[in-house]
Amino acid sequence: MEKHRPKTEYSRRERFTRWCVGEYDPSAERLETRAPADEAARLELQRLQEYAANADRGIHHELYELGLRRRVGLFTRFYRVAAVLFALFLAGVLLLTVSYLPRFGDVSAPENNEVARRYIEKGLEETGAVNIVAGMILDYRAFDTFGESCVLFVAACCVLFLLRVDGQEDPRSQALEDMSDRFFEPRHDAILQMSARLLVPVITVFGIYVVLNGHLSPGGGFSGGAIIGSGLILYLTAFGFARTGRFMTEKLVKILTVSALSFYCAAKSYSFYTGANHLSSFITPGTPGAILSAGLIVYLNICVGIVVACTIYSFYVMFRKGGF
Amino acid sequence: MVTLRIILLLFLILCAVAVSFSRRLLVSVSIYMAFSLALALIWLILESPDLAITEAAVGAGISSLYFIMLKKIRSIQTAADRQNDRRRGTPTGGGD
Repeated sequence: MEKHRPKTEYSRRERFTRWCVGEYDPSAERLETRAPADEAARLELQRLQEYAANADRGIHHELYELGLRRRVGLFTRFYRVAAVLFALFLAGVLLLTVSYLPRFGDVSAPENNEVARRYIEKGLEETGAVNIVAGMILDYRAFDTFGESCVLFVAACCVLFLLRVDGQEDPRSQALEDMSDRFFEPRHDAILQMSARLLVPVITVFGIYVVLNGHLSPGGGFSGGAIIGSGLILYLTAFGFARTGRFMTEKLVKILTVSALSFYCAAKSYSFYTGANHLSSFITPGTPGAILSAGLIVYLNICVGIVVACTIYSFYVMFRKGGF
Repeated sequence: MVTLRIILLLFLILCAVAVSFSRRLLVSVSIYMAFSLALALIWLILESPDLAITEAAVGAGISSLYFIMLKKIRSIQTAADRQNDRRRGTPTGGGD
């Protein structure tokens, strides 16, 4: 930003005194606090909006025509019946599974006596995590957490499928996009940019701290990843897509997410190969309280944090613009 | 401590009622943020700091950001926008 500032021969102090007197306005030509007021821009936006509405109507008409064709109609009917049958089948399987569970509140059920007691009594010894919650979700129940991360990944993929905007779009809807962007958000908002410059580093470092200390203090991959993601979104809102596009490309997000999930999967499937008993694992819990303790929990926390931060950022980008 | 707990719980109920009764979407989002913040404090009092951090980050931060993004897809309209639409007779997006 320093480069773009108009060079004046005055020092900071002189500029301040001139600003107090009212001769000099630092925000002139740099700050748009409200939407451009000129009539031509408003009319242009209105014209583009009407064009977009017409295009929508055309698509609706085409879909209606398509629905009238016989084979499409047959397929739709078959699809409805199949969907109902599949839903019933799924409900049956789930209810059957539930019927095998022990009764709710049963005193002799394992989750009401041994499991909870063992987590609390032996948790520190077996997992090496001072934060007992991290020991539970990333060691005893690591597969649950793996499933949750995969759900996030699948959700991000679905949003990508649905909202992705192709590169070869017609220039008029692109123009509409830019115009409405400018209508809703002023560019070069000095207050937002300054606070982002101060806050984003602090937020990011705090998020990394929460992720890395997940096994020692409250927090962990999910909350730390959410904090890092919100820092990225703040940076994006303040400085625009041109700045964030330099480091957060679609390729980078893909590589990070997929490699984090694969590492998680590989790290946790070792218990399959060792007979699912964790006894012969060569990874030791280490000294409780040290940053590199608790076996794999630190690395799994980092993986979860990466997945969550990338997912949150790509959700925002997809909804805002339909692409990176 | 008990008084604080009661105040926070009452605040939660107040927020939950206010969210459903407020007419403007942006106001609802702000009240929802306050709700999440109070809930995070309650988690802290109930000695589950993990949940408190997640609630503060996800509930008060990220989901509110996503709701505010609705402005971009024209679900949040100002009174001036609505008047414009009425004058032209063509609503540009879903109302609130």
